Amino acid sequence: MKRGLSIFNVASLALGLAFLYLPIVILVIFSFNASRLVTVWGGWSTRWYAELLHDAAMLDAAWVSLRLALLSATTATILGTLAALALTRVARFRGRLLFSAMVYAPLVMPEVISGLALLLLFVAAEFDRGFWTTAVAHTTLTMCFVAIIVQSRLIGFDRSLEEAAMDLGCPPLRTFFTITLPLIAPAIASGWMLAFALSLDDLVIASFTTGPGATTLPIRIYSEVRLGVKPEINAICTIMIAAVTVAVIIASLLSKRRIAASAGEGTPGAAI
Amino acid sequence: MDIGDAGKPDAGRRRDFAPWNDPAARALVRFKGVTKRFSGITAVDDVSLDIHTREFFALLGPSGCGKTTLLRLLAGFETPDAGRILLDGEDLADMPPHRRPVNMMFQSYALFPHLSVAGNVAFGLKQEGLVREEISARVAEMLALVRLDGMGSRKPYQLSGGQRQRVALARALVKRPKVFLLDEPLAALDKKLRQDTQFELMELQEKLDVTFVIVTHDQEEAMTVADRIAVMDHGRLVQVATPPEIYEQPNSRWVAQFVGDVNLIEGRVVASTPGEMLIEAKAGGRLKVASVSGLSAGDAVCIALRPEKLRIEPVKAGSRGGDNSFEGKVWDIGYLGDVSIYKVRLDNGLVMQAAVANMTRMVERPIGWNDRVTLTFAPQAGVVLTR
Ligand SMILES: Nc1ncnc2c1ncn2[C@@H]1O[C@H](COP(=O)(O)OP(=O)(O)OP(=O)(O)O)[C@@H](O)[C@H]1O
Ligand SMILES: [Mg+2]
Repeated sequence: MKRGLSIFNVASLALGLAFLYLPIVILVIFSFNASRLVTVWGGWSTRWYAELLHDAAMLDAAWVSLRLALLSATTATILGTLAALALTRVARFRGRLLFSAMVYAPLVMPEVISGLALLLLFVAAEFDRGFWTTAVAHTTLTMCFVAIIVQSRLIGFDRSLEEAAMDLGCPPLRTFFTITLPLIAPAIASGWMLAFALSLDDLVIASFTTGPGATTLPIRIYSEVRLGVKPEINAICTIMIAAVTVAVIIASLLSKRRIAASAGEGTPGAAI
Repeated sequence: MDIGDAGKPDAGRRRDFAPWNDPAARALVRFKGVTKRFSGITAVDDVSLDIHTREFFALLGPSGCGKTTLLRLLAGFETPDAGRILLDGEDLADMPPHRRPVNMMFQSYALFPHLSVAGNVAFGLKQEGLVREEISARVAEMLALVRLDGMGSRKPYQLSGGQRQRVALARALVKRPKVFLLDEPLAALDKKLRQDTQFELMELQEKLDVTFVIVTHDQEEAMTVADRIAVMDHGRLVQVATPPEIYEQPNSRWVAQFVGDVNLIEGRVVASTPGEMLIEAKAGGRLKVASVSGLSAGDAVCIALRPEKLRIEPVKAGSRGGDNSFEGKVWDIGYLGDVSIYKVRLDNGLVMQAAVANMTRMVERPIGWNDRVTLTFAPQAGVVLTR
């Protein structure tokens, strides 16, 4: 028989959630602390958020990170979608297995190694390290996540929809844009959101690949924290948490809608 | 396309419709020695077939015999490994699917989930670049024809299975194709709805004057809707004929068994006269059937007898069975409502089925389990098969 949550279940759930979110909650709360001392509560205030507006270095870093995330997420989405299409659609080409392994390798590769490898590449190729090299690095890092999300959607995709469109007189390329793309768009959008969030909070790879002109927000925060935690840091982190949370929520809402829409498709396996 | 006042199907025109018997008639679709192989298996094997304008043509066969593949070859989704496909005298080899004046209704319906019902139906017309007014007029006309008026703004997932099926129908037919292909269009419907829809399909075909090619593995469905049926097995055409011919004059044991129930009696020709032929059954006993040219004494044959062509009677005392009369014992009775099926184990060991229409409301059957019965049939009832 099905009952409500038992006390044991409630307790373990609360403990688990506390373990995950207590540090974050404390950080958010202390970002509203009126006191300059990070560990002493001095009442509610938003002064650190106001102060942030005057911290030019921090704002610069935020701007770099935002541009970086927008650019790398967009390129990664395009490349990842193309890779997913190649992996699911092109009839067994030579080296398909190798290609798919190579697309997914960055998923399990330790970030330090990816970062180091990219650094060596940029040094060898005599690229000036900075914004563009980091953008390339983030694109390679996040592309595989996009590819996985889009591929899982394409595998469940009913090919007869495309055939039906062509049968009704729609040429193949237009079929892709009028039928395939709208139907996999939610997966592409959630891939983009994930890539955006990953790029926004990456520290390891960026610290290998960036140069003096382009300090990203996580690097900036990290270097400030080494000199002691300032309340502004709590404020900027709270803003980042909010941004990433919004991105993740939108991504999951999009995939929910995708499941609801494909429930009516009448194709088992369409909802991944 | 006259839809408004077309009224009931014109039965008179249908009665005389037999272009396949007219040597001068030009076929709309011609398959010429078409073969399609998939890694090792031959899905369609050297098929040559003519389908005529305004014909309602059915492809019938067991699962995996290549029916869908044959349709997809015509629609352009598969390319033949050998042979040619002509439409209206034109070779389709170099024509991609989106240019072929052929439309298909998919087994899964394949409705576009992100488009409304009207959007689905309008999709094909938009590809033709028609003006907005004409598109909406034709969509409305088509939705009315399939009784979906007022549902244009719904999404496919808000429809019942039967409604979805009609959207798929409308979406393909609104293009006014030269040939309309239907891949098991009714497989997902329940029996009652399926029968209603079969008659609707026939009516639609009459109204729109389109050539229909339907795939099915339901022989009753094929018999109901089609002008001609092609029976397929393992990628080959076994017999192409009208439904009565297929049923009454099957050309092989396989077709006789696939279409309807049948009793097969193996035997050998004993004597052949111009009128009648005498057959000695392997299991014992003699049968008289209408004679078939090209057979002489000694040839091995098989006599096919449909269950409803057998007469079953309790054994009368004293009467000695002559030709076409077998005695046996009832060992099973199946009551199906409209007919009863009697399985009789003959004295020579064969098991035969006889079907008797239940013409009166009988609660007590005159023939019961283990009764001794006589099965008789007319000489014209038996079909002589050599394959
Ligand atoms: N794309 C394909 N690749 C490999 N084999 C295929 C492919 N399509 C069909 N086949 C094979 O070809 C044969 C005929 O398939 P087809 O789909 O035409 O059968 P069908 O008569 O439509 O069967 P059903 O009644 O089950 O739909 C089958 O053995 C099937 O496995
Ligand atoms: Mg099929």
